[in-house]
Amino acid sequence: MTPLLELRGIDKSFGPVKVLHDVGFSAYAGEVTALVGDNGAGKSTLVKCVGGIYPIDAGRLFFDGREVHVHSPRDAAELGIEIVYQDLALCDNLDIVQNMFLGRERKNGLLLDEDTMEELAERTLSGLSVRTVKSIRQQVSSLSGGQRQTVAIAKAVLWNSKVVILDEPTAALGVAQTAQVLELVRRLADTGLAVVLISHNMNDVFAVSDRIAALYLGRMAAQVRTADVTHAQVVELITSGRSGDLGLKNGVTP
Amino acid sequence: MSKVKELPGEAIVAATQAPSVRNTVVAYVQRVRGGDMGALPAVLGLVVLCAVFTTARPSFFTAINFANLFTQGAAVTLIAMGLVFVLLIGEIDLSAGFASGVCAAVLAVTLTSAGLPWYVCMLAAVLTGVVIGTVLGTLVAKVGIPSFVVTLAAFLAFQGLVLVLVDEGTNISIRDEMIVAIANRNLPPWLGWALYLVCVAIYAAVQLRRARSRTRRGLVADPPWLIGVRVGALALIAGLAVAALNLERSRNPNLVSLTGVPIVVPIILALLVLWTVVLRRTSFGRHLYAVGGNTEAARRAGIPVDRIKIMAFVICSSMAAIGGIVAASRASSVDPNTGGSSVLLYAVGAAVIGGTSLFGGKGRVLDAVMGGAVVAVIENGMGLMGYGASVKYLVTGSVLLLAAGVDALARKRASAAGLR
Ligand SMILES: Nc1ncnc2c1ncn2[C@@H]1O[C@H](COP(=O)(O)OP(=O)(O)OP(=O)(O)O)[C@@H](O)[C@H]1O
Ligand SMILES: [Mg+2]
Repeated sequence: MTPLLELRGIDKSFGPVKVLHDVGFSAYAGEVTALVGDNGAGKSTLVKCVGGIYPIDAGRLFFDGREVHVHSPRDAAELGIEIVYQDLALCDNLDIVQNMFLGRERKNGLLLDEDTMEELAERTLSGLSVRTVKSIRQQVSSLSGGQRQTVAIAKAVLWNSKVVILDEPTAALGVAQTAQVLELVRRLADTGLAVVLISHNMNDVFAVSDRIAALYLGRMAAQVRTADVTHAQVVELITSGRSGDLGLKNGVTP
Repeated sequence: MSKVKELPGEAIVAATQAPSVRNTVVAYVQRVRGGDMGALPAVLGLVVLCAVFTTARPSFFTAINFANLFTQGAAVTLIAMGLVFVLLIGEIDLSAGFASGVCAAVLAVTLTSAGLPWYVCMLAAVLTGVVIGTVLGTLVAKVGIPSFVVTLAAFLAFQGLVLVLVDEGTNISIRDEMIVAIANRNLPPWLGWALYLVCVAIYAAVQLRRARSRTRRGLVADPPWLIGVRVGALALIAGLAVAALNLERSRNPNLVSLTGVPIVVPIILALLVLWTVVLRRTSFGRHLYAVGGNTEAARRAGIPVDRIKIMAFVICSSMAAIGGIVAASRASSVDPNTGGSSVLLYAVGAAVIGGTSLFGGKGRVLDAVMGGAVVAVIENGMGLMGYGASVKYLVTGSVLLLAAGVDALARKRASAAGLR
């Protein structure tokens, strides 16, 4: 099976600091791939490289087996890659609908088609069972952390995308909402999308993922099927980059 | 790409219902208390100032002075309308005043030395504004120099440029009928009323159509009473203004009659409508707010941030050019002081007093018009009271500071109330 999204040999430095070393990564359609790693391992950086926010120093990106070049967020969106960033990236001074359609507004000739956008946004939010939002014309600045996170997720699933990447989407959520998001993650994958879930919570990872990719200090330590590993092995991969036969050999990807 | 993924689940977002009178009022009060005051300070300021000046100088409350207010405040208001765009993206243009001077000088030179027809000259002036805005915007967005520094440098350079254009300080007088008419002639009274009717009718039609279409689609729509209040308020205020401007204001009506709405008023109105539509109903406008609210989020949404910033400066300088044309028309001349002295500060003051935030992401073109009215009333009233330049500067400076203070406090309050 060809991966829907594949990265090969990605290098990324910020000035003198090399953050990603020769990283390979694959995500498959219809599956949830968990991307795990300690704080500062480079997960968010990898995602931002895929999203066209950071240019990569070296490496190649394949989409559905075809090599592609992503130079801007627009390129990523055009391929069908949607990302929920760890820092959410919402505009506080805009309302929920405006945020969800930002950069891809529905138009009616020259003017914005507010009503259609509002309807579509409302439908998507209802699908996510957002109960606590008073009005979808509310400014994002007036939302709670969890509500903002839900808006960011809704923004990503609104589009008929092929790959959805969620960078710690449940970090600010309560128990019920976390369960909902995990359920959504599963549902998205079941409808045929490739879903990448970044999380520090091993229970969540084992609950929904089909594969696990562990980053260790900017190197891909291992990519395994979730069914083939145990909790303890994944924790070892995260903390030391290796676990038995798995992981880095002498600090490099085998 | 634009197809929407429908996810199964319960539909529990805000039940669709027309807001009641009480809810609407309560929501408004909450917004104001939360720090989002909109044009409220400008409206209150206008009422208080007019009351004070009328009591102190009855000549303030006359038809002739009322008409004066419009022509006096027009140039500053137009510049302020452009400044709103730059303030929206969280930048500043300190050179807008002298940019208007440069454009006015271009107008004067092409009109007199080159002898070109008036419309060519006006086009040349506005194009000069476009070029200025492109250069400023590029320096800010592409090169990355803070707008404060770029436009401060331009502020100085443009003073020199005006001097060069008007030959080291001579005064170029403008005699072209059309140009002079802009700020010195009036519409015939019947045309004023006709325009009034058309404006009110269009406003009412737009509001009703929108409410009807939203109701049909099951979205929350403005209730009829609210639309009635809005349309009624517009009809009343605009009607009073047109009636007042159509009064005879000549000192000697038998010799010359002086009535009607000044020509600058429909010009400002047309630009107000144009820019309001651009800001509120186009994706470009939406992107301006996004860049001002969270530049990084805008960038990640695929918005060409640099281009949006440059466009904001282009609009600002072009509006400054139009302000310059109006100033040149009013004075029937251009000299090195056109667009100089306090014009820029008045314009920034107008935008901020009207409720545009200096922190970016919040503001409307209407703010500039409301604030421009406040500034015009202060300048006019102080003049009538016989105060000199010293007091005028002191008062206007204080008002600007007050408005900026209100802006900063409102922002603080909003963050305390969790609104920002
Ligand atoms: N813009 C930047 N400039 C310089 N260094 C950066 C930048 N962004 C990230 N880094 C560095 O890159 C490394 C990886 O950061 P990254 O945010 O990708 O980690 P992460 O795996 O997402 O961690 P966390 O779990 O805490 O979110 C860190 O050491 C960080 O300091
Ligand atoms: Mg991270």
